[in-house]
Amino acid sequence: MSDAARRLNRLAAFISRGLLFLATTLSLVAVLLIIIYIARDAIPFFKLRGLGELFTSSSWFPSGNPPEFGALAIFVGSGLVTLGSILVAVPLGVAAAIALSDILPYRLRQAVKPIIEILAALPSVAYGFFALVIFAPLLQNHGSSLLAVAAWLILLPVGLLIIFALTEIVTRPVREDVAPAARWILAAALTAVLVRGLLALTHVLNSITIASGTNAMNVSVILGIMALPTIVSVAEDSLQAAGRELREGSYALGATRAETLFKVVIPAAGSGIIAAVILGVMRAIGETMVVWMASGNAAQVPSPFYNFLSPVRTLTATIAGDMGEADQVLGSGRYHVLFALALCLLLTAFIANLASEWILRRQQRRLGGLK
Amino acid sequence: MKLLKTFLIMALLAGFLGAADADKIVVDGSTTVGPIAKAFAEFYMKQNPGVNITVSESGSGNGAKSLVNKSCQVASMSRLLKQNEYEAAIHSEILPVVHVVALDGIAMIVHPGNPVAKLTMAQVKDIYLGKIKNWSQLGGPNTPIVIISRDTNSGTYETFEGKVMKGEKIAKNCEYVGSNGAIRQRVQNTMAAIGYVGIGFLDNTVKALPIDGVTPSPETVKNGSYPIARPLYLVTNDYPKMGSHLYRFINLYLSRKGQTMIEEIGFIPVTSY
Repeated sequence: MSDAARRLNRLAAFISRGLLFLATTLSLVAVLLIIIYIARDAIPFFKLRGLGELFTSSSWFPSGNPPEFGALAIFVGSGLVTLGSILVAVPLGVAAAIALSDILPYRLRQAVKPIIEILAALPSVAYGFFALVIFAPLLQNHGSSLLAVAAWLILLPVGLLIIFALTEIVTRPVREDVAPAARWILAAALTAVLVRGLLALTHVLNSITIASGTNAMNVSVILGIMALPTIVSVAEDSLQAAGRELREGSYALGATRAETLFKVVIPAAGSGIIAAVILGVMRAIGETMVVWMASGNAAQVPSPFYNFLSPVRTLTATIAGDMGEADQVLGSGRYHVLFALALCLLLTAFIANLASEWILRRQQRRLGGLK
Repeated sequence: MKLLKTFLIMALLAGFLGAADADKIVVDGSTTVGPIAKAFAEFYMKQNPGVNITVSESGSGNGAKSLVNKSCQVASMSRLLKQNEYEAAIHSEILPVVHVVALDGIAMIVHPGNPVAKLTMAQVKDIYLGKIKNWSQLGGPNTPIVIISRDTNSGTYETFEGKVMKGEKIAKNCEYVGSNGAIRQRVQNTMAAIGYVGIGFLDNTVKALPIDGVTPSPETVKNGSYPIARPLYLVTNDYPKMGSHLYRFINLYLSRKGQTMIEEIGFIPVTSY
């Protein structure tokens, strides 16, 4: 190679490395600028109104005269909706990930995973429209029976599983010739108790009337479904990453399939599953369109505070909904409070992201230590 | 020959650019006035193919903001500019001139199956204050009232707040909805709901209640007997130059065709041909 060609090569390498470096820093700079600009517009609010009102009062009347900026109800609303979507998405998502990676046959898994991932491609306004036009009236008109059906669908199989496990454990010390009989009697008795309890619960649920279908439960379910693809995808990847050797090693030691799954594979993939859950939850916290359309946007602390059937207002919907009229020309409190809310949202996201990062790193270190 | 071609193309381009500059009208603002501006724009562009009019609907407040920022020539508003908006406008050397293009009434709507047949202004206020909580207090079934309002961005909300609430604060359990259509959607699906929409959004899927014995209709709004009514405005920077496209576009509401368009959308024209 001639000298000139070598120099040209080096130049090309330098330029391409520089370009790649620029592309990488660009996103970093974007994040920094976003934080700086949001903070810049949020700080005047705290100067104007102090810290106390925003976090302790629940009187949200930004357009009132005089205005009130108590966002406690909005924080509670965001928290409630997030909690609800976790309750929906995490058990479903993790169970689906386990089924996909370790239980379903390979061909079925190849077909199912893309279908779950399609959920991530649907625009959020489509989810919102569904929540407002179909799900909300359904909750209003058939809410109590819907709740009862959901209770049976969830609690019956879960209860039966627990009963089977429980009878196994309880009858272990019993003499071998009477053990099966004892097991059956115990299982039958517990099942009877379970069914009786479910019937009582159905009775309670049937007496509930849902006045408004645009409430925390509605958006929790929808947001849970929206978070599913993220959770399933990432959790399934980390379960796969646990590796074939680990599973075969476990079988070789005489473990059953269930033991392998629960005592070896899931602990090995545990941090990955937690990271998946955090990513999914972030999607739910940040979602705006669905909550704006279907959460009711009532700035009230539900009574009692865990009442999922009450309309709530979230941070994201408040920012989106109040921005239009907020006076940015004069920079009023009404304008800056939205940035204060955005800052809180951003900090939450930031902390959650750091946490997931930390958990992932810890897992890598631990798995490294096993070798 | 080649030179001629180039010259022609350049002349054409210059013409286009010039036209785009002079004949582009941007309208921004109220979702209530938006349909009027859209109908006018469609009509005017058909008559004058060289003119380009875009209409955005982002709320009265945003309309005023865009006018002050000079990012639109016409702000469509369902309320007058507020004092601080006037101040901001004067500050950026904008002189807002208000044209009243139509009238609108705000109708209180309930589910068609709701037996309550009329309300007074005081009752409407008490419902939204949270003092009247149950339909049984108004002679209806024993169900809690689901109160629904437009979001605080909308001119409809501000008119309701001004005409009905008179500055008092709406109850905390009130649900907020992003558009007239969405309120109607919620009320037609919700037995216990009450909401409010512009008269133009009334149809037979919801029931409009008479207020103080007056049914919301074009006639009652025009003669001033219906209490929750307001003018709708288009706001320009200074009075448009006579004969300009902007002048002719704005003044469409004074024409016979404009009157029919406003009636077709469901508002009440200020003219009566």
